[in-house]
Amino acid sequence: MTESNHRAPLSDVQLRVKALESLLIEKGLVNQQALDAIIDNYENKVGPHIGAKVVARAWTDPDFKATLLEDASAALAEMEYTGIEGSHMVVKENTDKIHNLVVCTLCSCYPWPVLGLPPNWYKSTPFRAKAVRDPRGLLREFGLELSTDTEVRVWDSNAEIRYLVLPKRPAGAEGMSEEELSKIVTRDAMVGTGLIALQ
Amino acid sequence: MNGIHDIGGMDNIGPMNIEKDEPVFHEDWEKKVFGLTFATLAAGIYATDEVRYLTETIPPQDYLTFKYYEKWLYSLELMMLNKNLITKEELESGKVLAPELATGVEAATPERVQYGMNNRLPVFVDVDIAPKFKAGDAIIAKNINPLHHTRLPRYIRGKRGVIEMRHGIFLLPDTNAHGGPDKPQHVYNVKFSARELWGEDAPAADHVHIDLFDDYMDQAGQ
Repeated sequence: MTESNHRAPLSDVQLRVKALESLLIEKGLVNQQALDAIIDNYENKVGPHIGAKVVARAWTDPDFKATLLEDASAALAEMEYTGIEGSHMVVKENTDKIHNLVVCTLCSCYPWPVLGLPPNWYKSTPFRAKAVRDPRGLLREFGLELSTDTEVRVWDSNAEIRYLVLPKRPAGAEGMSEEELSKIVTRDAMVGTGLIALQ
Repeated sequence: MNGIHDIGGMDNIGPMNIEKDEPVFHEDWEKKVFGLTFATLAAGIYATDEVRYLTETIPPQDYLTFKYYEKWLYSLELMMLNKNLITKEELESGKVLAPELATGVEAATPERVQYGMNNRLPVFVDVDIAPKFKAGDAIIAKNINPLHHTRLPRYIRGKRGVIEMRHGIFLLPDTNAHGGPDKPQHVYNVKFSARELWGEDAPAADHVHIDLFDDYMDQAGQ
């Protein structure tokens, strides 16, 4: 915020963004409609509900699950859940013995087409610092306590490959349809900071 | 660059702050910064590696206190200045003073950005290069400390791992972030035990997997 005592309706950052936006548009470097379409896409269209559909399908369709684990980029492109920051995908399955956790220690890489833009905690320095060093301690902050005989695999997405966790299907969900299942899959479970439990 | 961004493994950074039902953007200016960055990237004005590098040059005290999209704003302003598309005076006034600077660049059209958001845009490089490593190979990550951009974080350098799988050929970020020359090479997923990275106190079962370029590794003797 501005430190001067005149009444400034906008913060310093807001003023800088306003200036930059009008310059880029007036100079023909950014197309207004394109800008609106980008914001609309990431604010309203993509999000964890897409990843949830992928997970629910993998839980109910063994052939799809096999393809997804073998070549996620192709499997997701076929469902048209692809695009920038998700063209090279790898999906890792949680089991009784393995728990996967995704991080980007160097910046904030995240699989946009299937999860949307990342939450602040994923982009924060505490998460990035701790995920590779003490994943079990970090997961405790999310309310997860993993047994010592569970192997924790942390995936640091430092190149152009993006990772998605295929969570364990919860006990008691045997009779649920694919659509019902997609409603119980959470973003955190697909990053590896959550488990899925039935209410 | 051994910057503050390379934070994997540091202790005492602070507790997690987990917001319930967090919106995609908290304020209007954040969505603008995101959209403007995406649009200029889609126009081909710079490579993702270039903008990542600029974010790494944010002074550490600012890096730790800026809001997330403030970092993006810093990098986008600096990128436009570095590319000589906008002047400092223009940024300060918000008025176009040097229209001639941007005449060679075409904005990304709505169709182009829509395509990029919905279609697979592989960043593989289509060249015929033999991989240096294969699955199962024991490797040691190089101990490099370049002043330029790199995606080999400090916590991996000098450590021994095993090649898990090969992903394909990509441009080495170390040169791609600085205008080349292009160095296409294979990228592999490499598995490191938590004990190799953090010592004997680390849980025996745990591993970190990371994606490494040919140039980041040597074969390790047994």
